[in-house]
Amino acid sequence: MTEMSQTVTAPTDAAARKARQDARLRKRHAAERRFRALGIASIIIALTFLGLLFTTIIGKGYTAFMQSHLTLEVYFDPAEIDPAGTRDPQALATANYIALARQSLQDLFPEATSRNDRRQMNALLSVGADLELRRMVEANPEIIGTTQRVVLPASADVDMVVKGHIGRDAVEGGRVSQQQLDWIAHLEAQDMLALQFNTRFFTAGDSREPELAGIKGAVMGSFYAMLVTVALSFPLGVATAIYLEEFAPKNRWTDLIEVNINNLAAVPSIVFGLLGLAVFLQFFNLPRSAPLVGGLVLTLMSLPTIIIASRAALKAVPPSIRQAATGLGASKLQVVLHHVLPLAMPGILTGTIIALAQALGETAPLLMIGMVAFVVDIPGGPFDPATALPVQIFLWADAPERAFVERTSAAIIVLLGFLAVMNIVAIILRKKFERRW
Amino acid sequence: MQLLPLVIALLVLTSIGYYLGRGRALTMAGGSSRNLHSLPGYYGFYVALWCGIPAFLVLAAWLAFEPTLVRALVMNSLPPSAQALPEGELRLLMNEVRQFAGGRSYGREPSEIVIAAAEYYTSLKTTGFAALIVFSLSLAVAGLAWGRKRIHQQLRARVSVERAVKVFLIISSTIAVFTTIGIVMSLLFESIRFFQAVPPMEFLFGLNWSPQTAIRADQVGSSGAFGAVPLFAGTLLISLIAMTVAVPVGLFSAIYMAEYAPSRVRAVVKPLLEVLAGIPTVVYGFFAALTVAPFLRDSGSVLGLSVASESALAAGLVMGIMIIPFISSLSDDVITSVPHSLRQGSYGLGATKSETIRQVVIPAALPGIVGGVLLAASRAIGETMIVVMAAGLAANLTANPFEAVTTVTVQIVTLLVGDQEFDSPKTLAAFALGLVLFCVTLVLNVVALHVVRKYREKYD
Repeated sequence: MTEMSQTVTAPTDAAARKARQDARLRKRHAAERRFRALGIASIIIALTFLGLLFTTIIGKGYTAFMQSHLTLEVYFDPAEIDPAGTRDPQALATANYIALARQSLQDLFPEATSRNDRRQMNALLSVGADLELRRMVEANPEIIGTTQRVVLPASADVDMVVKGHIGRDAVEGGRVSQQQLDWIAHLEAQDMLALQFNTRFFTAGDSREPELAGIKGAVMGSFYAMLVTVALSFPLGVATAIYLEEFAPKNRWTDLIEVNINNLAAVPSIVFGLLGLAVFLQFFNLPRSAPLVGGLVLTLMSLPTIIIASRAALKAVPPSIRQAATGLGASKLQVVLHHVLPLAMPGILTGTIIALAQALGETAPLLMIGMVAFVVDIPGGPFDPATALPVQIFLWADAPERAFVERTSAAIIVLLGFLAVMNIVAIILRKKFERRW
Repeated sequence: MQLLPLVIALLVLTSIGYYLGRGRALTMAGGSSRNLHSLPGYYGFYVALWCGIPAFLVLAAWLAFEPTLVRALVMNSLPPSAQALPEGELRLLMNEVRQFAGGRSYGREPSEIVIAAAEYYTSLKTTGFAALIVFSLSLAVAGLAWGRKRIHQQLRARVSVERAVKVFLIISSTIAVFTTIGIVMSLLFESIRFFQAVPPMEFLFGLNWSPQTAIRADQVGSSGAFGAVPLFAGTLLISLIAMTVAVPVGLFSAIYMAEYAPSRVRAVVKPLLEVLAGIPTVVYGFFAALTVAPFLRDSGSVLGLSVASESALAAGLVMGIMIIPFISSLSDDVITSVPHSLRQGSYGLGATKSETIRQVVIPAALPGIVGGVLLAASRAIGETMIVVMAAGLAANLTANPFEAVTTVTVQIVTLLVGDQEFDSPKTLAAFALGLVLFCVTLVLNVVALHVVRKYREKYD
């Protein structure tokens, strides 16, 4: 109470003291406001990065869902396709189809006569036009000798010009010459060059040519790997959780298992890749680059997450349920399988889906077991060589062509889409079925 | 591979077993399950287990060992001249055989040895698979008959079935242990082989890293040096940058969310921050390489600094963003678990909210926060894709964040992606690096858990 008595004995100091106190209080309140502002600022920083990430990826990637196509009148010249006139499938398969498309371009631009001009003109068309025309002829050999209106993919450079990634004014030493730009402008004016929905992106495998590259091979690779992962990690994870939570005696062995699970959850993913390389590929000689091996490695990675989530879900079921079932004469296993497990299932499924979403986005361990190969064919099963969607993103991110930046971003959009769907399903499961006891 | 039809056939047989067993038990009991020891379904499961387990075990063993066996047999069938080839060439030859047998060309015209070996390979594969089909199916049928024959009224089917299920539960729970053993063994064995070629002291304390070993004896400049200190330094530098970004941002976000934010803001912001944790690292890597690194380089050159386009700063910054949610959600949990009585006591003494947080709440929550930071650090050290895509490849011993450095994980990836020969120290070095990485992250995790457990204040 010294302060009080001082105030009483020295009333002249009171004003100064009050001012000092006010000043200190203001300072303290200012510190309070600063502290609070720091909190808001950090949240804003984190969310800005999130926004920046999404806008960059979506801004760069959405254009890849449209692709430039040339609409050409192609004369299926019998002299070029099948000079012998036998319609022999062997001859049809090996004919030079791209020459047909090039001829129809030549008809459009008769002024391109020099070797250099013609090379530049041919570069407007994707090399994938060859396959496109061959498929048409093989599907229907009747069209040989007729003229058809055909939609063919334009080359990646043309695509970049149409989408505005390459300027309309030729740059010295650039990828597109002034001559080509003029042709592109002419074709666009004639409605012969336009953007269409890029179905090839969803139906084709990888390719060296950006305009022909698609994600189907990678998606199927991821799908098979995930199939293996689900088939193994779900039953094993749930079984482990049931054992540890419901049956295991408390002893050193059980402690060891628990410590192991907790530590495995924090082991870097690349170490799991090394394990896969040494055990599955070197020791068991399983095929390299196969989704089977990828699935096995991802199983080992996602098991700890699934076990931990399942144990939490089992623990949340109140003991009264178990006691009631036991009282009615159920055996221990019947109690667990008939009563506890169904009640814990929503929580277990939520945890499993989240673990699978993590596994789907995982890249590093798959690099170790050789799922980084350039695979054009779409894998037909878990034993075929394949890549996975995140690995495809990694591969395309390395490619130098400007057009691959767009593909990479689009593949990321697809991957994030899958992940978003999985997480939303998990949230809905949790919201809808979770019971609070 | 006609595996799927076989699996389906086995599954069909197993379910037939279920119905046969159930039916037989019921007929024996005169149609009333009251005369049986167990419920009829258990007799069904009893037969199904006898039918399915041996057959599927055989199938699993075949899947695991068939490739090794076929490979060894084909190797033995090769003429002595081919068998004398060095390991690497033999591996290539075997690949060619497999490719050729699979109907794919290998770029060059196959030699006669390859054609013969490929024929042998194909015949082995076909006969092996035919034998598997016959054996596993007959085993399933035999098991079915045996199980069905053993059924009688007093058979304690439920006890047997439950015992089998429990064995399955126990086996699954040991997988975590086996995974750890597998990791330790595979890393240790390859590392020991590596340390036979390169002394451990040189590896742990050497300052020079250039893993390109000479393929020919007369090659210049590729002697192969395996001093890993530049990699450790690079890993530390990048992790340090990441932590300087993530710790303040994560911690302050957690404090704001736990103490200040109205519940509506919290409901929106918390899931948004968790989205950051759900984004695959390859996406962060792409973002770092495509957006952040060029931005830093350009702004550096405006300021007159020379920033490498694969600077440690870019990788560290993006890694920091990735780690923010780990720190914020872990700290959020421990801050909210500090009891309210402590805060109210502090308010009662006249402290402002921020003073309470700084002097009461944070000290009380510190062990949990430190544990979270250590866990985040172990994640930063083990993170791979961001650094593979955004950090450098060349070993560079520097503390300058504007230069390109390389990390342990980047080197593991570069050493192992592409053609591998399993004998060269170059490949084995990756396993030694993996061992170091595994040990460091393990120690960090154990310490983190220990800190959390030991120094946690108990308030109840």
